[in-house]
Amino acid sequence: MSKGQLPRWVDYGVLPALNLLAAFIISGLVVIVIGEDPFEAVKWLVWGALGYGEGIGYTLYYATNFIFTGLAVAVAFHAGLFNIGGEGQVYLGGLGIGLVCLALDRYVPWWVTFPCAIIGGALFGAAWAFIPGYLQAKRGSHIVITTIMFNFIASALMVYLLSNILIPQGTMSPSSRTFEAGGQLPLLRNVFTSFDFGQSPVNLAFFLALAVCGVVWLLIWHTKLGYEIRSFGANPDASAYAGISPVRVTVITMLISGALAGLMGINVVMGEQTRLLLDFAGGAGFVGVAVALMGRGHPIGIILASMLFGLLYQGGAELAFEIPTISRDMIVVIQALVILFAGALEHMFRPAVAAFFNRFSSSTAEA
Amino acid sequence: MKTTTILGAVALAAVMTTGAMAETFKPAVVYDFGGRNDRSFNESAYKGALQFEERTGIRFRDFEIQNPSQREQALRNFARRGLDPIITIGFAQAAALEKVAKEFPDTHFAIVDSVVDLPNVRSIVFKESEGSFLVGLLAAMSSESNTISFVGGMDIPLIRKFSCGYKQGAKYAKPDIKIIENMTGTTGAAWTDPLKGGELARSQFARGADVVFHAAGLTGTGVLQAAADEGKLGIGVDSNQNHLHPGSVLTSMIKAVDVAVDKTMTDAKEGKWTSGVEVLGLAENGVSWSYDEYNKPLITAEMQSAVEKAKMDIISGKLEVHDYMVDSTCPF
Repeated sequence: MSKGQLPRWVDYGVLPALNLLAAFIISGLVVIVIGEDPFEAVKWLVWGALGYGEGIGYTLYYATNFIFTGLAVAVAFHAGLFNIGGEGQVYLGGLGIGLVCLALDRYVPWWVTFPCAIIGGALFGAAWAFIPGYLQAKRGSHIVITTIMFNFIASALMVYLLSNILIPQGTMSPSSRTFEAGGQLPLLRNVFTSFDFGQSPVNLAFFLALAVCGVVWLLIWHTKLGYEIRSFGANPDASAYAGISPVRVTVITMLISGALAGLMGINVVMGEQTRLLLDFAGGAGFVGVAVALMGRGHPIGIILASMLFGLLYQGGAELAFEIPTISRDMIVVIQALVILFAGALEHMFRPAVAAFFNRFSSSTAEA
Repeated sequence: MKTTTILGAVALAAVMTTGAMAETFKPAVVYDFGGRNDRSFNESAYKGALQFEERTGIRFRDFEIQNPSQREQALRNFARRGLDPIITIGFAQAAALEKVAKEFPDTHFAIVDSVVDLPNVRSIVFKESEGSFLVGLLAAMSSESNTISFVGGMDIPLIRKFSCGYKQGAKYAKPDIKIIENMTGTTGAAWTDPLKGGELARSQFARGADVVFHAAGLTGTGVLQAAADEGKLGIGVDSNQNHLHPGSVLTSMIKAVDVAVDKTMTDAKEGKWTSGVEVLGLAENGVSWSYDEYNKPLITAEMQSAVEKAKMDIISGKLEVHDYMVDSTCPF
């Protein structure tokens, strides 16, 4: 048996749990240092995220964002591409969605706008990822550099559009007008009235995210294109030798990745804010990287990791609210520790765990 | 002896009533992205709340938001827990406030820098253009190269309002003056980047500017630093920043967010709450130019009389300062 090979349940269950535990222990120490009770903090964190209907609603709302951006990063990962331009693709996708909503909301009901907005968001997101993808494939410009640069171009473009063109005359805030009912996605609190989601903004985009997870799973593991993407990611030279066009795979993968990120706007722009506004991506594009790493690039893993980050976001807000000495910067530290242990240091415990399993259950591992 | 006891009892009673007041009167502040300690706009609001707390002994709660979805959440959390009044800082909070203020019609809300037209909301807006006019006039008068500059945070309507007033004031003093303008960035980081602010100011100096005005939050500290380093003049914003580099800060365009926050809390406490729009300009002392021992040597008698005359003329309506928000254009 080769070094470091582990049963799947250890790889996907025990290791992430250990990493998470380590992150929480360090966070707990930091909380002690600033003079608060870590158990009290954990209590507020978990209660705030899962303890009541509205908290659950917010957790699911944030998780929806991270599912989209996590999938976007994961699909690119499978082709060996590191797309860190999620933030910009989300922003532009939101623009596509916003334009569709602004154009249609006064004339048609939401269920007509919805599919058009999906197409709009996916198209704009894909278009924004196309240029870095094309430059990587044809000119060898490194995608990490180009995608992150495109984030800034996206924000510059959005500031310009929102302060000059989409802003209603005489208003101070750079945002579009609020969409009418035809541009608003129904909130789950209005759909499932029997469950108390409080005033949380979780909306139908949650189900769209789950459906997209299914589509990505089919695409990556059950289609010819998915096979090409994975083999290109595993070994570009070998796959080129086998007749897979590197240009085609790179560009198509980036298009899919950008489209997935672009769909996040459905949740925020059409679901929650019902208008286009500055900085609505709020860093979700970057959280997507951590989510994809933690979820091991698999849709199920991504859903679970998104839930975890949704929990940290919502529980963190609630924690900062209940214990004012734990500021929002403290919450960022806790989130960063989770990312550090789950992403960057994901293999830290692997040798020890592998040694443990080699010694005590080599028969299981071999099977 | 007896008098001391009585005095003591009175003092005790006073303390107890304040204590009881503190139980029922619970003000709250919700900051925008910059956060409580941004050395600028949000911090000014924090100082106002702190002044109120020190004067009355009534504690306030506050919250710094991290992403757009938290705006509504924070407002609702405070309103549900019975905090009143709830003061939101920044134009970006308007949409969230509009929703939440409708849900809690009996709670008093206030917003700084935007207008929300609801019966339980006080909207506080400042005439930044008037204050900027005065500092623009001073900048033009003290410029020897006949070139002045402006560093804004982001190219959004609020900052254009500052810039437009500044330009008008400068041209009022010297019609042929050259004005260079730069914006720092397009993301939230634009307000917290002193390094970039300093670089922009330096490039403006290289192009001939010798007085620079910033409206860029924390970024502006870099602008003022660069001016001090290169022997040029900077102009502060929001709070009085003259003391940061004595002798290198010409003046500051003061926007009295702290006073407004303090006053809003005091009004609510004393039952003098009024909803509606409160526009604070030169006449109301909501905006002004700062003059203290740090910039005294920089302001000549001629400059002082010119700026005071302009101030009087603006207040009396003889001199009209163009407000960018009226037609979304700046003719200067």
